[in-house]
Amino acid sequence: MFRSSSAATQTLLKGLGSATRVARPFRAKLRSQRSFATVADPPVRRYGGLKDQDRIFTNVYCKHDHGIKGAMSRGDWHKTKEILLKGDSWIIQSIKDSGLRGRGGAGFPSGLKWSFMNKPNWQQDPRPRYLVVNADEGEPGTCKDREILRGDPHKLVEGCLVAGRGMNASAAYIYVRGEFYQEASHLQQAIDEAYAAGFLGKNACGSGYDFDVYVHRGAGAYICGEETALIESLEGKQGKPRLKPPFPADVGLFGCPTTVANVETVAVAPTICRRGGSWFASFGRERNQGTKLFCISGHVNNPCVIEEEMSIPLKDLIDKHCGGVVGGWDNLLGIIPGGCSVPVLPKDTCAEVLMDFDSLKDAQSGLGTGAVIVMNKSTDIVSAIARFSQFYQHESCGQCTPCREGTTWMSKVMKRLVEGRGHQREIDMLLEITKQIEGRTICALGDAAAWPIQGLMRHFRPEVERRIAEFQAVHGHVGFGGHLASAVDNTLAVPDNLALRQPEPQSRV
Amino acid sequence: MLSRLPRSLASSSKVAQRRFISTTTRRRSEALFAHRDTTYNNPKIPFEFNAENVKRAQAIIAKYPPQYKKAAVIPLLDLAQRQNNGWTSISAMNHVATVLEMPPMRVYEVATFYTMFNREPIGKNFVQVCTTTPCVLRGSTEILDTVCNELGGIKPGQTTKDGKFTVIEVECQGACSNAPMMVVGDDFYEDLTPATTKKILDAFSRGDKPKPGPQSGRLTSENSAGLTALTSKPYGPGEFCSPEFQ
Repeated sequence: MFRSSSAATQTLLKGLGSATRVARPFRAKLRSQRSFATVADPPVRRYGGLKDQDRIFTNVYCKHDHGIKGAMSRGDWHKTKEILLKGDSWIIQSIKDSGLRGRGGAGFPSGLKWSFMNKPNWQQDPRPRYLVVNADEGEPGTCKDREILRGDPHKLVEGCLVAGRGMNASAAYIYVRGEFYQEASHLQQAIDEAYAAGFLGKNACGSGYDFDVYVHRGAGAYICGEETALIESLEGKQGKPRLKPPFPADVGLFGCPTTVANVETVAVAPTICRRGGSWFASFGRERNQGTKLFCISGHVNNPCVIEEEMSIPLKDLIDKHCGGVVGGWDNLLGIIPGGCSVPVLPKDTCAEVLMDFDSLKDAQSGLGTGAVIVMNKSTDIVSAIARFSQFYQHESCGQCTPCREGTTWMSKVMKRLVEGRGHQREIDMLLEITKQIEGRTICALGDAAAWPIQGLMRHFRPEVERRIAEFQAVHGHVGFGGHLASAVDNTLAVPDNLALRQPEPQSRV
Repeated sequence: MLSRLPRSLASSSKVAQRRFISTTTRRRSEALFAHRDTTYNNPKIPFEFNAENVKRAQAIIAKYPPQYKKAAVIPLLDLAQRQNNGWTSISAMNHVATVLEMPPMRVYEVATFYTMFNREPIGKNFVQVCTTTPCVLRGSTEILDTVCNELGGIKPGQTTKDGKFTVIEVECQGACSNAPMMVVGDDFYEDLTPATTKKILDAFSRGDKPKPGPQSGRLTSENSAGLTALTSKPYGPGEFCSPEFQ
């Protein structure tokens, strides 16, 4: 029964496969032979070029007062009471209409995520409910939340109140990474001012809704940026991610319903509510709407943090706001478009991709946190990625074996490959390790450690092969594990699995 | 096959030295996780929060639900570390455990997990140089070398003889658009060059405190060649909002 059905699907698939194989050149032909009667293409929309009036974070560069007076003159806390009185479903619907997707890396639709808190009959649950804001910004390349925390802290505090009202939370904890001392003090100042002005606490903004906001400073652990690890850390334990389910929306902080959201996601909520979801949705491509803070670092002439429209072409972003790549666009080697955990893109792809979730996913990378790391031809790409492997080795929490052992293993192999000390077949072995780690750990740190290496081998494998060949030309044959064949004592029995006496496979270079 | 190994190994001690199959160098982890009693760090040394910190500690504990007092362990350890010249001794951990009514082991677990708790004494100025890739691309290797040479050729992880400086390499500090950067105490010094790094260290060794932030003259993470955004006056309350919120 099973066999016959699978055979049937196979023939079906085969048929489909041949159909698509035929269809593609056929369609291309059609397009080229378009006659006068065909409908004109819709005008091509160019993204980017956001105006100042549409920028949400108007004090990113700390040019103005970050205190309550300055914040109110820039439109924060304006008619917050009216937003709160609109009720939870209105707030969540506005966020849904705006198409906002989480800005912390995964890009989950925020309105949907927040609505998980309001299950049917949630009122009968006596437990308190929490909003936890993830300000544990530690992804290498990312420095956007920092600018919000120190320039526009009131946007975040107001955002906590609005988002908290949307999910009927009773309090918000903002987990700021421990290294951000100045940022945490600006935020604490903003909270104190908001309490003094009656915007927080009992009867917040005079809306009859009680809401508290607290700052919690971490103590330096990248893994605490993962939502369940962050909850564990907030509870005063080691930051080791929890198994899901139960999801935080059921059992989260202190065993109560919790939603964890990124700083940027929460901080844009009041502005979206005031200006309307359709305004926010008018930027960027379908399913990737909105504005976004991008932080550009590495080999550009003027690295900076900038708020731009989603779907802006990567090349425009760099040329317009960062003064171009050091040495010109032709000097570009590759770009990591979303923080260290997404794969690197080679130069040709960089010229085409748009900075949004879908376009970068199609290019086998990801938007991540919008942290663009630019590398020009002076970069030693293998050592750059090896440094990331070392970072993940350092930051693995040690809970799941594939990640704990695998990150160390990958880091060791990558360190050897920087100088080329290895066997050609070790590249595939390394890739196999990454595949074994990916998806076999509780949290995404294992995946994040695997992807940069996969990206490196996808686009820069000839470079690694060249290094191995060069090293072997100087030092003779190298077995697995970096053992030099010349150091082998031939009077001893040598295990076969070191490939010390195996010839190298033919290099593909 | 391996069973044949010992026989041939026994024949000469010289061969045994050259055997490479099992000769992995023993590498210690970056920090020692076990506590060893020393003259400067043992449970008999008294430690208690001073009056000011007791008040702060109470304010911190009040943030969390009363049955979850231990949620305050990270902030309290931080408080204890600040009072204890920048490092967390075993007595400090024990005191935090007493204050929060939790088993001392749970506090040790936390203190060993997070990198910001130093469990060995540090110098007066704690210099942390970021050496993750975005900073490396902008020249942090040179900055680290400058710092080490300037402080008398010490290595990362060491303290100068006069006890004024401790240098360590750290992972990303979240100031990548202002790379390369280093942290001294709580303050970020960004956009460094070897020259400005020397200037900062000189100022600290004199006992001054140089101005934190970017050393290149720009403000935070703006475009150093002139703003490409936010050039106009920021819009005020109600502007551009939907009619009901104007």
